[in-house]
Parts: sequence; C-alpha cells; structure tokens
Amino acid sequence: MAASSLIPGQKQLSNVEELLEGIWKQNPVFVMVLGMCPVLAVSVSAVNALSMGLATTFVLVASTFLVSLMRNIIPKEVRIATYILIIATFVTVVDYLIQAISLAVYDALGAFIQLIVVNCIILGRAEAHASKNPPLKSVLNALGMGAGFTIGLFALGSVREILGAGKLFGIALFGPEFQPWVVMVLPPGGFFVLGAWLLLFNWLDSRKAKPAAMQAAEVRT
Amino acid sequence: MSDTAIQPATPSAAMIRTLGIVATVCGMLIVTAYQGTLEPVAANKKLALERAVFKVIPGASSVKEFVAGSGGIEPAGAVLPEGAVKFYAAYDQAGALQGIAAEGAAKGYADTVRVLYAYDPAKQVITGFGLVSMRETPSIGDKIITDAAFLKNFAALDVTLAADMKSLAHAIKVVKHGSKQNAWEIDAIAGATVTSKAVGKGINDSAQKLLPLLAPHLDMLQGGK
Repeated sequence: MAASSLIPGQKQLSNVEELLEGIWKQNPVFVMVLGMCPVLAVSVSAVNALSMGLATTFVLVASTFLVSLMRNIIPKEVRIATYILIIATFVTVVDYLIQAISLAVYDALGAFIQLIVVNCIILGRAEAHASKNPPLKSVLNALGMGAGFTIGLFALGSVREILGAGKLFGIALFGPEFQPWVVMVLPPGGFFVLGAWLLLFNWLDSRKAKPAAMQAAEVRT
Repeated sequence: MSDTAIQPATPSAAMIRTLGIVATVCGMLIVTAYQGTLEPVAANKKLALERAVFKVIPGASSVKEFVAGSGGIEPAGAVLPEGAVKFYAAYDQAGALQGIAAEGAAKGYADTVRVLYAYDPAKQVITGFGLVSMRETPSIGDKIITDAAFLKNFAALDVTLAADMKSLAHAIKVVKHGSKQNAWEIDAIAGATVTSKAVGKGINDSAQKLLPLLAPHLDMLQGGK
C-alpha cells in the first residue's frame, strides 16, 4: 500500500504554502529545471507558451487529484502503471479539448500536446506528492506547480516573441522598421533565454542569501 | 526500507482489480471527451478549411469536398480510395463553380511544406496558393507567403494538360531567381530557394496527379450547389 504518512523529517506544509511551493520555491522551470522539452520547444510565442502551460496544468491537477483519491487502494507494485494510465487519459482529454477550442493552437503545439504524457513534472508530482497527500493538498500543490510551469513558459515565450518577432500575442510592437532577432525564435534562442532567466533567478537568490549569511555571521561573533 | 519487507505481499487479484478499475474509469473519461468534442472539432475543421479555400479563391462562398479517382469524381467520404486525389470545389452564392483547390506537399528545408493551391479549370492555370503548414526558418522560409514578386508567379501559372490528357504539357519548374521565361516556371526567392522549390514541387506533384483525373469530369462540378 502507498504510505499515507510523511517522510520523517519533512515538515507539514499549510495549504497556502503548498500552493506557493511550485510558483516560487520549487518552480519547475527555474528551480527544479524539469520538463525542459516543452519549455524549449513551444516557447516561441506567448500564446503557445500560455496554451502549453494551461494544458499541462490541467493534466497535472486532474491526474494528481485522481491519484490522491486512489492513493490507498493502489498497490505499490502497479502504481507506476496506474499513474501513467491516469496521466495518459487526461492528456487524451486535453488533446480533444484543444482541438475543440482552437485548431490553430493545436497545430502550433503539434506533438508536444501528446508528449505531456512523459512530462516529468506530472509523474514526479504523482509519485512524490499525490501518492502521499490528501486530495485538497495534492490539488493545491499541483495547481501551484502548474502555475509555476506556466509562468516559466510565459517568461520564455514572451521574451522570445518580443526579440525574435517584434511582437507580443501576435501584435507588432516596434513598427515596420524593426529587424527581428530571428535566432531567438529558433532552438538556440530557447537556450539563450532560459540561461538568461536562470542567471537572473540565481543572482536574486545569491543576493538574498548574502545578507542572511552576514547576519548569521554577526550573531555568531 | 525495513518496514516494507515485513508487509504481506499484495495479492495478484488486488493488482488486477485496481488496474481494471482505473482502466475502466479512464476509458469512460476518454470516450466522454471524444464524444463531447466531436461536433466542435468537426465544426472547427470545416471552418479552417473554408477559410483556407476562400483565401485562395476569393469569390467563393461555399466549399464541397470531392475525390477524383480512376472511376470519376465523387463526394469525399471518410476513407480516400486507392490512387484517388482529394480536392475542394468552391462555389459562389449563385452556385457557379469559382475554382478548385487542392493540397500539395513537398519536403522543404526543415520539414514538409504543405500548401493549398487554387486552380482555374476554364483557363487551365493556377491562380494562387496559401500555406497549410510548414516549419521553415522564420523570416527566410516564410518569405514564400510575403514576397510579392514570388506570389506574382502564381497569378496565372500555366498547368495546361498535354494532348494525351495524361499529364501536364509542361511540368511546373522552379528556376533560379531572375531566370523565369515561361508561364509554367516559378522564379525562386533568392536566399529561400529550398522552400521555393518545395512549393513548386508540391504543386507540381499534386497537379500532375489531380488534373488528368479531373479534366474529363469537370462538367459534373458545374452548378453543383
């Protein structure tokens, strides 16, 4: 049976903390650097990035909810098979939903919709969180992770679209004389922009850590 | 972990039961989603097709799907018969045939370039093309839909059938930028030759197959509202 107790030493998070976990502290894109395949591939425009983020969030929330509900009846021997089945189901559902909402978005995202099945954030959340926590906490955590993933994708997508096409949400920003920086919407641009964001976040982190370390040092002396 | 070792083994029946329950629930969810989105998806596809066809055949107001095979022309069904080619007949409000559109595809620089071209059966010329999908390099390959000089090639691209009605009199040829001499040639975009060639090849391959099948049955399409 799946263990319903927490790992010893892990502190119980409040509902708000569960939600914020994925948005900031454990952001899947900027902190855990997970699910890079869709992050780099579909973040060529803000609309694609947002659609991909929302689709992933839907699958994440729905599958962790179901996994969490069934966490006490899933034998551990077949848990991975069960999670994959549940995740694949919601990916199929989201596939049909996107086709019903917009074929343009469906074509733009291409195979990456189906590839949500193998997004490591989702299986990771099912295995590491939903299988050990009650539905409310799992859903809040998944919602936070989904939001964090969407924010990460949007951060890349908007920058790449502005620099690489001179547009945001398809609206031209700079007038006809603008020479787009095309490499930004090509695969290398994904790595450049991701690298720049990671640099920014790590720099912010180290700035925050420095005063804290200095304070601690002062207390000790 | 030591505590897992003393746990009794899970009975096989429990594993099969769990997987069975989960599979049933998942199956029902998928079927519900499929059934629920069937209509909007079909409506979306129809709208997208109409939009694409109206763009290449400006005077049209309705579209019908047909297949042309060795046995003649018939309305398109769910499955494409062997050797048949799918095409779209566009009509104006009065029900008069405005033109024929069909899809052509050929390998471009990055991936297959798929285009929808318009054919005017009365004049036996291609009158334009629109993009269905491509993954060419932005601002290089996508010149094929923005470059005015390139698009002018398709204002009246000659696709007259040969005397034996089995192929085109002159295959559509993409030539080096600035060297177009005949009405069946396409002047490639300098710097985007591969994508230009893909457009020409895609249209040529499709027209070579479709037009000979279409020609003997053209009157069937007239006033087909």
